[in-house]
Amino acid sequence: MTNYIIRRLLIMPLTLFGVTVLIFLMLNFLTPEERSALYVRDIPKNEATMAGIIKRYGLDDPILVQYWHWLVGRKDTATGEYVGGILRGNFGYSRSASQPVIELLKRRFPATVELALYTILPIISIGVWLGILAAVNHNKFIDQAARVFAILGHSLPSFVLGLLVLLFFYAKLGWFPPGRLSDWASAIVYSNEFRSYTSLITIDALLNGRIDICLDALRHLILPVTTLSTISLATYVRVTRSSMLETLRQEYVVTARAKGLKERDVVNGHARPNALIPVATLAGFTVAGLLGGAVFTETIFDYPGIGQAAGAAAAQLDVIAVLSFTLLAGLILIISNLVVDVMYAFLDPRVRLQ
Amino acid sequence: MAETSPNSAVNIHMFEGLPERKIGWLESLLGPEIYRILRGLFKNPLSIIGMSLIFFFVLVALLAPVLAPPTNPRNPYMTPRDGFGPTPKNPGSVWKTKPPELPFWWKTVTGKDEWVHLFGTAGGQWDLYYGVVWGARTALKVGLIIEGLTLIIGILVGSLSAFYGGYVDEILMRITEIFMAFPSLLAALTLSAILSDKIGKGIWPPLIALVAFGWMGYARIIRGDILSVRERDYIMAARVLGVKDRRIILRHIIPNAIYPTLILASLNIGGDVISFAALSFLGIGTEVGYADWGQLISFARNWIPSLATYWYIVVFPGLALILFVLGWNLCGDALRDIMDPRMRGRGA
Repeated sequence: MTNYIIRRLLIMPLTLFGVTVLIFLMLNFLTPEERSALYVRDIPKNEATMAGIIKRYGLDDPILVQYWHWLVGRKDTATGEYVGGILRGNFGYSRSASQPVIELLKRRFPATVELALYTILPIISIGVWLGILAAVNHNKFIDQAARVFAILGHSLPSFVLGLLVLLFFYAKLGWFPPGRLSDWASAIVYSNEFRSYTSLITIDALLNGRIDICLDALRHLILPVTTLSTISLATYVRVTRSSMLETLRQEYVVTARAKGLKERDVVNGHARPNALIPVATLAGFTVAGLLGGAVFTETIFDYPGIGQAAGAAAAQLDVIAVLSFTLLAGLILIISNLVVDVMYAFLDPRVRLQ
Repeated sequence: MAETSPNSAVNIHMFEGLPERKIGWLESLLGPEIYRILRGLFKNPLSIIGMSLIFFFVLVALLAPVLAPPTNPRNPYMTPRDGFGPTPKNPGSVWKTKPPELPFWWKTVTGKDEWVHLFGTAGGQWDLYYGVVWGARTALKVGLIIEGLTLIIGILVGSLSAFYGGYVDEILMRITEIFMAFPSLLAALTLSAILSDKIGKGIWPPLIALVAFGWMGYARIIRGDILSVRERDYIMAARVLGVKDRRIILRHIIPNAIYPTLILASLNIGGDVISFAALSFLGIGTEVGYADWGQLISFARNWIPSLATYWYIVVFPGLALILFVLGWNLCGDALRDIMDPRMRGRGA
């Protein structure tokens, strides 16, 4: 198993390197003038200043030199300061948000984490439960119903479902508003009395003893969580169902039944743990996807996470910002894949022994 | 048993007494495999619904000029506007400024003498009915192009990888992994933003972007399929018979390795259309007013607090998109079962 993990760890830097190359290639679709946002906030009006900036930050250097500087930063030829370098967290400036991308990321990330946290739990628990229920009752009514539900969920685009949900629960009934907090609550949360421990508002509110704020935050989370989970749930039901069906056909399950175990013990004790292995992979993807920003759901519910920021930046062709978001999402996905692969080795003896 | 042919390993008499299976003209025309798949599709109620939905949208797309006559025939994909008023109009309100010509079916079907906005208008007076009808064309076009291009790239990369093996395989698979290291929709969003900056808005930036980050799955599947087919006994048999490599690749490996993927791929069109509409919805790609469902739905973003009044901006194009995707997914689900080798011979 150690070998397996070491091999995975060795491939990772290679993938990371490839990812940065790909992002840098996309960056090079831009003109040197547009790429100046890597180092300066505003586009200078006159051409001479722009030419100066291009010279100063080497935006017309050979591409390999530029790649290196983009990665690790470079000396500012005018001031002698060390500037830029994505490895040092300098992604450049987001012109649509007129602030450094890293600041935007820091400010938006907690909201996305909070949304991901509340979404992943219902998806996995309900998805697995329904999937197993369907498999155990193969071809009976409950199986067909779960199947139709899975196909329906798979066919619902998040932005349509989100708008329909808003139409009903917000515009018509007025129960759950978009956004992250009501005005009165955000006035308190962003004041000095409210101490931020985790940046996750629901948890911070409880730690500050403000149940009303926690409830307000939850009220805003319900619709995006429902939308996101309805759509992902379908995939979980489908994967769990087919994996469980496959497992139930295995010989060791037949053996377990033959030795007279109760059906419940066969399903829960023998079949389920193995059937859930593919679900682990899926969960890795879902978590990574959610942390990378649920662009459409966050946009529709006006939820201030990084997904919304990425969508807004893309719509305004703020390429530097949106490339940084993609880079970050890629990074998260690579790490979560690694975690899943290592987990696999623990869960599945076949992988461990290879 | 003198009549048993000497090179047959199976004793033919084993099957005596079993009724002979009748092979109809359709089966002999299509071949057993396609016949089996089609029969499976037509026996399953869900896939019948799916096929009807697809058929309906194909019909709407084909008949678009009759169903919604363009006011500007040179650019029919641009949704016409009834003036420029900011507030949406209800379904059924009269088209005042330069309405399109009445088609022959109009009076019989609607019983009205003038053109009305059947689905209402979005803010800015874009006619939703026109957009939904021509959106069916956009959806089919976009789905076919994306799926076709991703498949071509996937097949190319996958088969190169499988045929050459060694370091070619290693390099191609690492590149595939790098492309897979991004959430595909976010990556497509980025590339699409860059491309619309460079080549201008239209359907091509999101199309190219979705293809660029969509081929990897196929490359991997095709590679795996070819590698496994290559080891099958019938390939070995062909080799033993002295069949040339090229013929083995073209006649045995490719059909057996690629056709299953091809059939399954055709049903991913639903997902492609969702992705395209999603980018369009965010305002990346097609220009405002292009007859695309995502674009139409995005008009609703300005009216979220009053959606209860202006529900038709979301509901009509949204329903079209959902039903279109549902059609492909229903067929896809049925096909997956039919093509699953474990399900074979169980009356699929």
